[in-house]
Amino acid sequence: MIVTSALIIWKALMCITGSESPVVVVLSGSMEPGFKRGDILFLHMSKDPIRAGEIVVFNVDGREIPIVHRVIKVHEREDTGEVDVLTKGDNNYGDDRLLYAQGQLWLQRHHIMGRAVGFLPYVGWVTIIMTEKPIIKYILIGALGLLVITSKD
Amino acid sequence: MCAIASLSDNLNTPSPAAEIQILNINWFQKQPHGNDEVSLTLNITADLQSLFTWNTKQLFIFVAAEYDTPKNALNQVSLWDAIIPAKEFAKFSIHTSNKYRFIDQGHNLRGKEFNLTLHWHVMPKTGKMFADKIVMSGYRLPEEYR
Repeated sequence: MIVTSALIIWKALMCITGSESPVVVVLSGSMEPGFKRGDILFLHMSKDPIRAGEIVVFNVDGREIPIVHRVIKVHEREDTGEVDVLTKGDNNYGDDRLLYAQGQLWLQRHHIMGRAVGFLPYVGWVTIIMTEKPIIKYILIGALGLLVITSKD
Repeated sequence: MCAIASLSDNLNTPSPAAEIQILNINWFQKQPHGNDEVSLTLNITADLQSLFTWNTKQLFIFVAAEYDTPKNALNQVSLWDAIIPAKEFAKFSIHTSNKYRFIDQGHNLRGKEFNLTLHWHVMPKTGKMFADKIVMSGYRLPEEYR
């Protein structure tokens, strides 16, 4: 029941936000003090143009884990509407060109998965702990399993 | 909890104020590979105290130069930014040269008219994030490199 309702909420969120994964967990301190490790961000994926100041989630070719940083520069083409975007972590000294693929100066629209619209502190620690200390995950699953077996209804 | 927090933030009607002056064009040149770059000294004065509510963790603010060119319908170049951690720091006046490089995609900056825009992003303790801006127009770059 818990699992199914969680799934329903998840799917509903996916519908409403139109994003592939409507929540992400912050993994690094590069956006501190705004976002800390373990905070959860709610994403919104829309066709709206990207603008400076927005916090976007983007993928870089050759990197597995998406990055959540702020847009500091936008150049939008007159004819095609294509954009060149530069990002930076609020807590980082320099911009993100060092994080991009070698020789890449700008992000384009297809690199950007979504933008952050809301924020819930701490809750993401659950997933961080479970990924980094798998033993805790197994204990938790075991305990849940035991609960299911022992409960009568 | 999260929803109530966001809802109560909607009830706040802020009245922020800002003024930006360009005190000096430090230098203005065309880079070897053809893009214009300019260095400015700015005076930024703002009162953003009314943006703070009980659910506000901090403000992220930045000043961007915004203009159009024949190639680009919109160019937004962030020049300076800051984090305002509490209401008592939300009324300020600062002298600064641009923190991020003001580089055009091309060489369109001579005599260019542009806007300076103060943007703020309200980062909540929990819930929905808010953003807005004040657009200040009528700025113009010199006709010649210097």
